[in-house]
Amino acid sequence: MEENTKEKIKDIIKDNEVLLFMKGTPVMPQCGFSAAVVGVLTHMGVKFNSINVLEDAEIREGIKEYSDWPTIPQLYVKNEFVGGCDIIREMHENGELNDYFNNAGISV
Amino acid sequence: MTMTSNEIEELILKSFPNAKITIDDLRGDGDHYAAQVVTEEFRGKSRVQQHQMIYNAMGGRVGKELHALALNTSAPKD
Repeated sequence: MEENTKEKIKDIIKDNEVLLFMKGTPVMPQCGFSAAVVGVLTHMGVKFNSINVLEDAEIREGIKEYSDWPTIPQLYVKNEFVGGCDIIREMHENGELNDYFNNAGISV
Repeated sequence: MTMTSNEIEELILKSFPNAKITIDDLRGDGDHYAAQVVTEEFRGKSRVQQHQMIYNAMGGRVGKELHALALNTSAPKD
């Protein structure tokens, strides 16, 4: 990955407390897995920003390397990679996600 | 490109020979699977780390040859 791509990703993550890298937008998700995570966050009432990786090939490939994670969506909270679709769903179902946001000082 | 559930199981077993693995072909299309993997090697690891270990075992195929591999990972319960 090019150094400036890495810097760009680092900056976006730093500037957004809750950030979802996804395919499409929260209103028009382009993939069921991205839609599922949007659904969880919306259901919880968490305010989040999103990056549509389909509009930026550099970020789409870069974020996979950055997180050492091969798939989209990817959720970042306060600079920390929380997980992809399976993990978010599992954490939501067992209540861990609620605790996670509370501990991170994010209102749900 | 698609994979069979046997191929997926073999790749995981190569890295984690003692793992208990259950694989479901979610749509019967060879491209959307769910795998449940239970192995001692996951103990003490975060979920993100556990999934990364499986992705590494799959040698870069997830997200490319294989569109979707839903994962459920854990260490054996005592």
